[in-house]
Amino acid sequence: MKYRPNEAPVFVIDQSRCIGCEACVQGCMECGTHRGQSLIHLERIDRATTTQTAPMVCMHCEDPTCAQVCPADAIKQDEGGIVHSALKPRCIGCSNCVIACPFGVPRFMAELDQMMKCDMCIDRTSEGLKPMCASVCPSEALWYGTREEFADNRRGELIREFRFGRQDVRTLVYTVVDDLAPGPLDVLRGFERSWLEDPFDLEGGAHDAGLGFS
Amino acid sequence: MSRIPISEEELISRYGPHLNEEPPGGWDGGIVPDRVVQTHCCFCGQQCGIKLKVKDNEVIGFEPWYEFPFNEGKLCPKGVKRYLQGSHPDRLMHPLERDSTSPSGFRQISWDDALNRVASEVRRIQEEHGPDAFAMLSGVSLTNEKSYLVGKFARLALGTANLDYNGRFCMVSAGAGNKKALGVDRAPNPWSDIPLADVVWVAGSNIAETFPITTSYIWKARDRGARLIVQDPRVVPLARTADLFLPVRPGSDSALFGAVLHQLIRNDWLDHEFIDNHTVDFDQAAAAVADMTPAWAASITGVAAARIEEAAELWGTSATGMLLHARGIEQQSKGVDNVLAAINLGLATGKFGKPGCGVSTITGQGNGQGGREQGHKCDQLPGNRDISNPEHREHVAGVWGCDESEIPGKGLSAEEIIEAIHEGSIKGLLSICFNPLVSAPDSNFTKEALDKLEFYSVIDFFLSESAQHADMVLPGSLHEEDEGTATSGEGRIIKINAATEPPGEARLDWEILVDLAERLDRGQYFPFQSSKEIFEELRLASAGGTADYRGVTWERVEAEMGLFWPVPEEGHPGTPRLFEGGKFYHPDGKARFHPIPFRESAEVVDDEYPIWLTTGRVVSQYLSGTQTRRIGALVRQYPEPLCEMHPQLAAQLGVSDGDLITVTSRRGDMVLPAQVVATIRPDTVFIPFHWPGRKAVNQLTNRALDPISRMPEFKVSAVRIDRVDDSQRAGESSEPRPA
Repeated sequence: MKYRPNEAPVFVIDQSRCIGCEACVQGCMECGTHRGQSLIHLERIDRATTTQTAPMVCMHCEDPTCAQVCPADAIKQDEGGIVHSALKPRCIGCSNCVIACPFGVPRFMAELDQMMKCDMCIDRTSEGLKPMCASVCPSEALWYGTREEFADNRRGELIREFRFGRQDVRTLVYTVVDDLAPGPLDVLRGFERSWLEDPFDLEGGAHDAGLGFS
Repeated sequence: MSRIPISEEELISRYGPHLNEEPPGGWDGGIVPDRVVQTHCCFCGQQCGIKLKVKDNEVIGFEPWYEFPFNEGKLCPKGVKRYLQGSHPDRLMHPLERDSTSPSGFRQISWDDALNRVASEVRRIQEEHGPDAFAMLSGVSLTNEKSYLVGKFARLALGTANLDYNGRFCMVSAGAGNKKALGVDRAPNPWSDIPLADVVWVAGSNIAETFPITTSYIWKARDRGARLIVQDPRVVPLARTADLFLPVRPGSDSALFGAVLHQLIRNDWLDHEFIDNHTVDFDQAAAAVADMTPAWAASITGVAAARIEEAAELWGTSATGMLLHARGIEQQSKGVDNVLAAINLGLATGKFGKPGCGVSTITGQGNGQGGREQGHKCDQLPGNRDISNPEHREHVAGVWGCDESEIPGKGLSAEEIIEAIHEGSIKGLLSICFNPLVSAPDSNFTKEALDKLEFYSVIDFFLSESAQHADMVLPGSLHEEDEGTATSGEGRIIKINAATEPPGEARLDWEILVDLAERLDRGQYFPFQSSKEIFEELRLASAGGTADYRGVTWERVEAEMGLFWPVPEEGHPGTPRLFEGGKFYHPDGKARFHPIPFRESAEVVDDEYPIWLTTGRVVSQYLSGTQTRRIGALVRQYPEPLCEMHPQLAAQLGVSDGDLITVTSRRGDMVLPAQVVATIRPDTVFIPFHWPGRKAVNQLTNRALDPISRMPEFKVSAVRIDRVDDSQRAGESSEPRPA
């Protein structure tokens, strides 16, 4: 199952669907060029209060901030728009990119003495294959396919323009919003349900199993 | 006495668990595979398709198998890392005999000597104590072929009635409930029905961690606008986005289902045509819930009456709906009641036999569905036949070429076998792919039982905690070292292909059993030269049973990427959806309602043990961890058990996140860190079960069994919790060490 270049498949990230299983983290290590190094981040938002987790691949900005701020000119974008890890001979480990990235993607890996980041499995996508994380993701929080496939099968609208303060960022990777009406963009797209405010109905008093909780 | 030969620490240092971190050749090897083998993951009943990359008889990695329709390349972390169970430093390569004078506790012996000793011990014990004094325990990590062979081997080679399997701790409540209500034990739907459901109700299943792939099916339904209901004591990851959350108190599920049926009747959200034409005993079920109002159920379950009413309305007014349940409602001393109460909801609303409609268990173990059909259950013969039914016995005796009287009768269930060992009536045990010391309830009791065995032989690929007690260890085969079929949770028969050959002197499991049968002078019944020959006999043995594989061929299974049973003749298209046209498997074609009055769990909280304990899995570990506790990346994802508790309970106990606590039940105690999270009921704690010894939550769980399914009550116990004082801290660590 391979995509042809003219099908222009896109990467979509919908963090609200993440179940925190880490298949992406484990899969990323297995991608041929990653050699045991996982380059995807899976954040546990606040385990004390929620099971919400959020996977983060590189968004591959059209005009990548990480590359702009690199004093060593070590971060390169290829003709397909993929932003790569720092070139090892050039990377000086300053971590400017780590601090500057609006999405918090690059990490300086001291053991490797190099900034490493998601390259959207360039060895796979260049052959029309899905990236490893979007191949294995059981909940399709990470998804790769054509825009038509998305429209046919998935709810929500794709968006790839973000504003951080006065910086506008347009990315190769899309995220999903309920609708495109203007308004603040909540990339975690909270599911506001009445029960979620008080899952165990502790305020309602229904819950009383003999321990004095009410 | 099958006690461990040397200290546990010494055994672990020799046999692991050690952690396999890298593929053969390392990450930087740039090794090009010789071939890529299409097969399946071994780590749960979803049986995801996967391609294994092979080089020089070693599995060096995987590639998603996008074309396999069930999972289309998707995998959970266990699937991604499954290949690292191969080429493992802990792998058993030679037959081992217990020898406490050896520094490793065992000495290597020849296959001849090992098999002869097993055969002579079987004979000795059976001559002294009768044929049933030697028992066999099997596992559903085995293929259909091996499961079938184990059933035949125990009955005809060992001649014992006492054969059971570890599905007894997994799917038997669902199986028994399905048979009673629907006349057949199979998931009623292909998973492709889930996206067609307008309401998806998940009861007692942490799908995100135990069946991650099913999440994508549920989202497909939700993308169409389906509503999601989750019934669980915890806000499990899937529940977080649910439309309705029903936070049941452990052990109260049938009260909740009863109140929902009460509401369906009260509001006439019933399919009268379906009830009249395709079911019996509705009135009895209705009478049993007459007083089960939502307000009553709220007092039992701790779920607000309004939420129960909302669940009933969603289920009762949706044109289509699927209720998916798993171990949460099934691993109880009333697991069958819970399953029957759930099925009542499907029957009352006509949600069976139609697209997007069904009440279905989600099978847990790898070949949990197929394994239980082929006759290695104490009460069953191949084809899901009943070992107590004379006609069924005659059919199987005909296929086996033996006299019907040679097939022993119904034996003891798995937990009852352990109890009989403890009590002394069973003296010998052969087990394959079963680690009861970790997976059975009340593990201190299980250990005492294993210690009492006169002779214990184990066929396995790693030295599991149970195998540490063995007198004779026979190195068998990994999933990827043999071929055969398995049947996934949706009833799809799939083909398992061999990627490598067993290393060292390890052998294929079926060859070991065939050789052993020869040494027990029963070789005439086991003329098999290949796994495929076993399958050909299985087809005949299953023919005419409910799980009818007669028309199944390995070739078709591979070419069509699975076949759903029953397949009664060659060329038959298979049966993805059961009960179409309202035809059920009872002789009159009708389904049965069952009256389910509420009863409490075997143990309820009291002043001494005031907190409910429930147990379950984490996504990175599988069952007793024999395989997954040996894979570094999976161990690091969740290294050791934590006790989830609500901040309210933590405050009452004076416990902060990460504090060590002692959790004590009437059976035992354990010390572990608290994980303080607002995602669990304040009266309930949760501990995952994948670890052995002092990290085993099964030290605490209750041996109480369901009266019908003989399922132990893993999901409900009463415990006390004390904070471990800084002065008492043990500070011990038994983390697996790097290979």
